[in-house]
This record gives sequence, C-alpha cells and structure tokens, in this order.
Amino acid sequence: MQNKILSLLDFKKIKKSKGFSSLTAALLAIALGLIFGFIVMLIARPSRAIPGFSKVLFGGFRRIGDVFYFATPILMTGLSVGFAFKMGLFNIGASGQYSMGMFFALYAGFMFDLPDGIHWIVCILAGFLGGMIWGFIPGLFKAISNVNEVITCIMFNYIGMYLVDMWVQSNGTMYVSSQTRTDYLPASAQLPSLGIPNSNVNIGFIIAILIAIVLYIILNKTIFGYELKATGFNKFASKYAGINDKRNTILTMVIAGGLAGLGGAFAILAPVSGIAGGSMTYEPINVIAANGFNGIAVALLGNSSPIGIIFSAIFISHIQRGGTLTALNGFKPEIIDIVIAVIIYFTAFSLLMKTALGNFINSHRRRKNRVEDENIGAPTSDDEVVVANQEVRSEGEEA
Amino acid sequence: MENYIIEMLNITKEFPGIIANDNITLQLKKGEIHALLGENGAGKSTLMSVLFGLYQAEKGLIKKNGEEVQINNPGDANNLGIGMVHQHFKLVEIFTVLENIILGVEPNKMGILQKKEAREKVVKLSQKYGLHVEPDALIENISVGMQQRVEILKMLYRDNEILIFDEPTAVLTPQEIDELMNIMRGFTEEGKSILFITHKLNEIMSVADRCTVLRKGKSIGTVEIKDTTKEELSRMMVGRDVNFNLEKKPSVAKDTILSVEGLTVPSQISKKNAVKDVSFDVRAGEILCIAGIDGNGQSELVSAITGLEKFTKGKLTLCGKDITKFNIRNRSKSGMSHIPEDRHKHGLVLDYSLEDNIVLQRYWEPEFQKKGFIKKHEVRSYADKLIKQYDIRSGQGPITTTRSMSGGNQQKAIIAREMDKSYELLVAVQPTRGLDVGAIEFIHKQLIASRDANKAVLLVSLELDEVMDISDRILVIYEGEIVGELDPKATTVEELGLYMSGAKRDEVKESTYAE
Repeated sequence: MQNKILSLLDFKKIKKSKGFSSLTAALLAIALGLIFGFIVMLIARPSRAIPGFSKVLFGGFRRIGDVFYFATPILMTGLSVGFAFKMGLFNIGASGQYSMGMFFALYAGFMFDLPDGIHWIVCILAGFLGGMIWGFIPGLFKAISNVNEVITCIMFNYIGMYLVDMWVQSNGTMYVSSQTRTDYLPASAQLPSLGIPNSNVNIGFIIAILIAIVLYIILNKTIFGYELKATGFNKFASKYAGINDKRNTILTMVIAGGLAGLGGAFAILAPVSGIAGGSMTYEPINVIAANGFNGIAVALLGNSSPIGIIFSAIFISHIQRGGTLTALNGFKPEIIDIVIAVIIYFTAFSLLMKTALGNFINSHRRRKNRVEDENIGAPTSDDEVVVANQEVRSEGEEA
Repeated sequence: MENYIIEMLNITKEFPGIIANDNITLQLKKGEIHALLGENGAGKSTLMSVLFGLYQAEKGLIKKNGEEVQINNPGDANNLGIGMVHQHFKLVEIFTVLENIILGVEPNKMGILQKKEAREKVVKLSQKYGLHVEPDALIENISVGMQQRVEILKMLYRDNEILIFDEPTAVLTPQEIDELMNIMRGFTEEGKSILFITHKLNEIMSVADRCTVLRKGKSIGTVEIKDTTKEELSRMMVGRDVNFNLEKKPSVAKDTILSVEGLTVPSQISKKNAVKDVSFDVRAGEILCIAGIDGNGQSELVSAITGLEKFTKGKLTLCGKDITKFNIRNRSKSGMSHIPEDRHKHGLVLDYSLEDNIVLQRYWEPEFQKKGFIKKHEVRSYADKLIKQYDIRSGQGPITTTRSMSGGNQQKAIIAREMDKSYELLVAVQPTRGLDVGAIEFIHKQLIASRDANKAVLLVSLELDEVMDISDRILVIYEGEIVGELDPKATTVEELGLYMSGAKRDEVKESTYAE
C-alpha cells in the first residue's frame, strides 16, 4: 500500500506519462494566450490594462457558482466533440445537436405534465434523445456513403437552428410572442439548484461531471472504447482486425449528438436565481448556438480526454466570467474571445511546442555535459569519450 | 596515410533515450564500393543521414579529402559532391523524368528554364553509364527499375562523386539487380566512390570492396571483402551464427484448406481487373508461394481473400465452408490468419501499446472481455506470455507504444498475434520486408513450423531467395493471372525470373484448374 502511494508520488513517472505532457502543453498554450490578451489590453487602454487583466484572471473566483453554471453546457459540447474526435470524427455539428436537445427538453418541459422529481429527469432524457437524432443522421450518411461528416454537420447546424426557431415560434404554450422569447418553464421541469447564492448553478453541473467520468471509463475500460480509439488511430488496422467501423461511426455520432443535446437541455432547464419561478429562456433569433463551437475549443484544450475536458470547460468558463467583468474597466467582453482563440491556436501547435521545449532542455543538458567534460580535460582520448557517452546514456534512460 | 575521400570520425548521434550512433568511424576510399551492413535499427540510416546533412551529430567530425567540413543540410552535402538514392524514391510522380532530374538545379537564363541543355546532359549521362531512361515519360508511368535509374541520374547530373545507395535492390528483379551491380562497378572505374547500405550478404560479396558492420549503434569493424566470408559477416552483424540453410522436412500436403475459384478483383487505380479469373488450392501442410514482380495483382488477390476488398466474381472456400460473403471478422473466426503486407497501415495500431496490439484480433473473445469490459489483467498476462515466447523486444514491455519499436519487433508482434490464435490458413504477405537477417531467419522458421503443424500457408513474396528457400510450391502471377506452377526443387531463379517478367507461361496448367 505504501509502495502504491509512493509510486503515485513518483514525479518522474508522472513526468513520463502522456497526460502530463499534454497538460504542460495546454498550460503553455494558456499562458501564451493570456500574455497575448494582456498585450491587446495594453494597446487598447494602457492605463486600465492591469486592473482589467486581473479581472480576467481572478474575476471568476468572485462568481464561482456562475463559472460552474456556464461551464456546464460547454463541458457537454466539449465532451461531444472530444468523444467523436477519439474515433477520428470531427463533430462540428454540436451546435445543431445542442439546439435540438434544447428544444426537445423545452417541449417535454411545457407539454408533458409530470410529477415533481420525475419531470426534469424526463426533460433531460428528451434533450439527450433530440441530440442523438441530430447526431445519428450525419453518422448514418458517413457510414452508408462516406459523406464527410463535417459537411453534413454544418448543414445540420442550420437545419436544426431554423427548425427549432420555427417550432418554438409556432408553439403557443412555450412562446411568449410579446417578449419574443420562451416562457418560464414549470417549476417541476427546472433542474434542482445547488443553492450557491446569486448563481444559477444546478444539478446539471454534477451530472455533466459524472457523464465525463462515465465516458472516461467507456473509452479506457471497455471493448467499445478500444474499438473506437483503434479506429481513430488507424482505420485501416481496425478494418483489418474486423472492427465494424460503420456501426461504430453511427454509434459514436449518436452518443456525441446525445452529449451535445444534454448540453442544450442543461442550459435551458436551469432555474434563474433572483426571479421567483424564473428559468432560462430561449430567443428564436436565427443565430447558431455559440456553445456548440465553444465545445470545439474546450475539447481541443482538454486534448479530447474526458477528464481534461472537465478542467478546460471550467477554465474557459472562468476566464469568460472574468472577461465580462472587464467591462467595468471599459473593455469590451469580446477581448476574452480573442484570448480563447489564441489559446486554441497555441494548443493546436502544442506538439510543435513540446518538441521545441524538449530540444531546449536537451541542448541545455548537453551544454552542461560539455562544461563537465571540459572540467575533466579535453575529451581527446577514446576512454573519456566513452565515459561521457555513458553519462549521456544514463540520463537518456531517466528521461 | 591512405587516400580517404570521406571520413566520418567518432560520430555520436543521440536521440531521446537511445544512442543511434555510438562513436562510429567510417572511412571511404576514393573509387571503392564500401558496404554498410547492419540489422534494422543498427544505425545505418542515421549515420548516412548525418553524412547527408539531415541530422547533426553531437560528437565527432566529418572530413573530406582530409579537411574538416560542416554539413548542416542536404544542400551542403550536395555542394560537397555527396548524393543519395533513398530507399523510398523522392520523385514527383506527375513530373517527367527530365523534370525530376533537374529539380532544384534547373538550368535557366534569367529565370527561364533551359530544358534543351538539361536534356542533352541527361541523355549523355544515361548513354555513358548505360542508364536507360525515357526523359519525357511521367514518373507515375515508368517501372520501379527506371525510377531508380532516374534517382541515380539525379546524382550524376549534380556531378556527385560520393554516391550513397540506401537498400537499392529491394525493389528490383534478379536481372535488374545484376544490371545495377554492373552500373555500380562502372562508377568506381570513373573514380566515384560508393557507400552501399544493405543487409543482403550476397550483394556485398559480389560487388563491395570493403564492408563496415554496425550493430546496435556501435561499429563492429571494417573488413576487406576478399578476406571474409558470408558467414563471418553475418556473425558480425547479428552477433551470433546464422543458419542460412533452413532445415526443412519435405512437405506432406493433405486436405485442401483454402480453395479459390475463378477469382476476379477489380483494380483500385484503373478500370481493368487487377486479378483475372484466378483459381488455386492451398493444402494443409504446405507453403504455397505466390511469386511475382510487385504490382501484378498480389495485393488485390490477398485483399480479396482476406476480405479487405470486395471482388466481383469467384468463390472462396475455407475448410469446406463457403466464405465468399463473410466479413473480415468471420473469416478470421473461420480460421484465417493474416500477416499483412503493410504492418504500419494494416498490421498495427501504432499508437496503441504492445499489449493492446497483441489482442487486436482477439479482444472480443470471452477470455479477454466480460460484458464489454476489457480484462486488463488477462490481456497483460497473455501479452507477457507471447512477448516471452516470441522474444519480442521493446523498451517497456507490454506497455510500450508500438510506434517506438523496431520494425523487426513490430513484425514479431504481428506474427505472435496471428500464429497464437486458432487458425488453419496463414496468409503471409511479404512477411520479411525490410527486416534484418536475424528477424528473417526467425520468421522463416515460424512459417515452416506452422506448415509442420499441419497448417496451410499462403505466402506472397517478392524476394526470390525467400520464394526458393521456403515454399513447397510456387505459383507465378503476372498481370493478374497465374502463368505457371513451379516446384522450387526442380526450378532455377532464372526460370522463375522469366515467368515473373511474362516471358514464359504455361498454358496447360490453367486448364487443369478449370473444372
């Protein structure tokens, strides 16, 4: 047992693991993105850059409940994109699936009359179903006739958004035309709040984290996850191994769609604090849900790993909350979109940076070796060269 | 002081976790053919990449004609007169031969290409050295042999005097290999020096003057070819004696395991059929070899048999069961094992660990999964067992990422996987491609062991030595048709070569298959 704890603490082992290297890459990308954002703020309003930037960094802590609340939908869409990506599919259709899930949840919320404690669960499941349907169709096209999922997904983003807007506007029960938005949901359909004051954070956040853990288990412990990752890494080898990639493509897109749909459901079923009986509302204004695209950023930053995505979703939500506070210093909240964009940009370069960093460390080490060599004396004789080589080798083994 | 044109002194090149070249010294005399021999992963390619400027060595120096030089990129190497024919040709497929040769050193006047000059020079060079090429043919339309001649002309066009050949004979027929050897001898008579990377001992014995042997990143020594033997070279390379004469009992062919009837497979690249109405049987206890020059339909034939590609006509019967319509998984379950042609594309998920790759064909069996959950413990112990049994070497054992393993060990992993599952038919496509002597010996022994265990083995090979040594029956494929059936004991490499090039065919044999 003690050994187990020791091995967990073995820093070298942690350093070697894949997770660690993607974590360092993500942290590096975040640092560079923040520096870039700071520079932009300096250029825009030099005098207020420092207080503004500190709001970006720390503002989210003042509204930790909101950070979690806003993290929930992008955590789900992030999981959706990341999960599909593990199989080599780029689910750019998370927005459409998100809208569909939201509409199905709304429909279940307004149209079904169910007792407390069951109603909101049914609403969540309805959202899951809506997203699944919207993920199923691109998956089916991909499997049957190899239609690129990116193209179908983008089209289904529009189809989904316009359909939802049309359905919402034509439904008298859910739509309040005088306010051009949906009505407040019945209390039984609203998600139970977690009770953090002045925030909308609700049980959706907890469920989202549980789902991330379940996905982690599916990906790493089951034969479905094994097949899925094998197809993502090398579809030829997985075909050779007799893996049914058509079935897995459809299944993956259905699950990914469902996850994004849950994101939509969690977003719309949230109770709003401060308004008695109030819940989130939807305005059908023909705009594609931004949370779907934010999911791509979240998944990239989290390296498509479900656990990584939990943290990246919280982080992105955190700086977004901080970003809105910069308005107090006269900045536009869009500044934070720039920061996120730069972070994603650098994340995509993470591999490059990892190599660059590795080279830097190696050359540093070599320089150190050379100094040591000189201390011994010029390495002219073969013996000393051999000694130096052995040193290098032993270091190489450690690394 | 001997007259060395290139000296690489005490070269050390290190990659994270591994020393690819450890204090290696290589001296090339003017006008000699110097072979560089070593197993895969011995550091041959790294050493040549250092010479060609693709890598920089951490320690050691390079001298040309006794003077130290810096080679930081291939351009520097070219300026010093060093040229290289890579194992995988670096040609632009949609350019003509001439355009490829002048690529990078285009003769021009004020930016306007002067093709005429270039053509004259190329034609002159090709006549002088007997390197026949068609200057205006597109690369994608010419044979592999001619592509290689284009690569050689590229070096000559740049007036290189030190020529590096990286495994040049891997893609050639026996006749073409002889021709290449003659061309190489011609170069040395002109005073050019040749570095010849290979692991084929016969070629070294026939053409090289001296040979430097590398093993595991270290130089084992440099020997004069006239003072050495094949056995000694292989001992230096592998570190132990290698048995060249495979011990093989005569085959006792029994029942038919796989029966192929009238198989026709469309080509992926053209509208023609890649395999035309092919019929044959593979019986238990025999190694049937499909011989032929690359690109004559072997890949398509195997893809159709193993289920990777669909075919238009024909019937497949495995162990008495009609498997024509079976998918890959069901063919595998019915007793087919497949060592694929391209181990990186089909054989392995390179980003998976070794243990995950070892169960790639069996992870779904109850032994390794319970209600959809992988039994990690069973997978680990099974992988450990196979790693031990087949001597698969890797950095971290079962959890090594397969990508980081050497080619020979990757292939061993595939062979372990395919031969440890229950099977009746083993389809092996170029199982020894790109491997070193030690690994080849091992794989040949496994194939024969499989035959002796009364399994049927269908071997597709481009290596004539392999075809002659281990098969019990040879079918020659030419342009998608079986043109002859030969008995390896009663035929010669030359005769086989004639069948392979389409110069000879047995019309009679085919009628016996048509029932």
